[in-house]
Amino acid sequence: MPWSRNELAMRAAKELRDGFYVNLGIGIPTLVANYIAPGMKVVLQSENGMLGMGPFPFEGEEDPDLVNAGKQTITQLPTSSYFSSSDSFGMIRGGHINLSVLGAMEVSEGGDLANWMVPGKMVKGMGGAMDLVAGVKKVVIVMEHTSKDGAHKFKPRCELPLTGANVVDLLITDLAVFSRPDRQAPFQLLEMAPVVTLEELRSKTSAHFKA
Amino acid sequence: MSSATKVFPDAASALKGVIRDGLTLMSGGFGLCGIPENLILALRDSGAKNLTVVSNNAGTDNFGLGLLLKTRQIKKMISSYVGENQEFERQYLSGELQLEFNPQGTLAERIRAGGAGIFGFYTRTGAGTLVAEGKETRVVNGETFVLETGLVADVSLVKAWKGDTEGNLIYRKTARNFNPMMASASPMTIAEVEELVEPGTLDPDQIHTPGIFVKRIFRGVNYVKPIENRTVRKRAAA
Repeated sequence: MPWSRNELAMRAAKELRDGFYVNLGIGIPTLVANYIAPGMKVVLQSENGMLGMGPFPFEGEEDPDLVNAGKQTITQLPTSSYFSSSDSFGMIRGGHINLSVLGAMEVSEGGDLANWMVPGKMVKGMGGAMDLVAGVKKVVIVMEHTSKDGAHKFKPRCELPLTGANVVDLLITDLAVFSRPDRQAPFQLLEMAPVVTLEELRSKTSAHFKA
Repeated sequence: MSSATKVFPDAASALKGVIRDGLTLMSGGFGLCGIPENLILALRDSGAKNLTVVSNNAGTDNFGLGLLLKTRQIKKMISSYVGENQEFERQYLSGELQLEFNPQGTLAERIRAGGAGIFGFYTRTGAGTLVAEGKETRVVNGETFVLETGLVADVSLVKAWKGDTEGNLIYRKTARNFNPMMASASPMTIAEVEELVEPGTLDPDQIHTPGIFVKRIFRGVNYVKPIENRTVRKRAAA
């Protein structure tokens, strides 16, 4: 039984540690904020210029000058601070953010990530994703194990244009979790979703990994 | 009023004598947050064409820079993300619009560098990707860095919360974003503000953009500030 979107977010939240500064991408990564362990202090960074992102506002209290990187209305906390985009990416590029959770279209066995472009089809742009994977200490990817038509997404090489080369540390899919201790090491299977067998996992994965 | 005043009555007069076809412009904001609404409307009404616009996003179909795409005034955009604008995607895929994607942090730093007189910088961002193609790279301690150059424009359009007649600016919350760097990266920065006050009113310790960077300033009117994704939470039942 594959993990649900919320279960993926819950699994990614296990990577958080007390005192971490964290940047969450759009989509499932955003849900990770709902599963921060009680009592753990995690500061969420929004790359458009805020540290200490608060929850969504109560109805009627939305402020158009206060949005996150997904352009959603948010709130500030007593600990919040605001800054420019160049300061924001200084934090990101400079290695001051402990962990980032992002979505993906493809991940390669060497840790390459593709999540921003489908040539000739999707033209949206990379936003801050290339900076995040280049600068954040630990990059966690959350994605569906295969595409809707069954095509493999964890494969020997990415076919789509890269967001970053050799940047993924932990891969969480709806079927399994793969990690590597450093960026020279191969991915190691860590966990599998309930009822998923190694045989099924291998049949849906063309990337090499240690089981 | 001294002849050196920076204060103009409105967006149209602030753009006067500055805007012409083929200009390179910077326009502040992230999504529709902190964009120079008044100046974009006045720019549309000026009819200037073949513009190159540096802006993190391209507005939506019906607001912000999207308005200038509709009227085909923009020839080229330099942006990091344009996913909210279908007209943009259509014009780009059909070849009517040129587009240069920069990673968001690289874009911010290119503008900062441009304004600070720095030719370029080496960054890890984009190494091994399409972004690095055709650019000089350097390997330091086994890591590859890409040379990105500073970016300047003919005119910068920025939006602040408060400003004084000297051009000192204070931004509000996440509406700051790209505005401070853009204010520094052109010889003709025009600022629109929600509140325009006399010198001495703003605390000098709280100024985000010092007045040296701002050549013209006016009080904007009729701010719409559309919210792209209105997200709320329910109040706990009493």
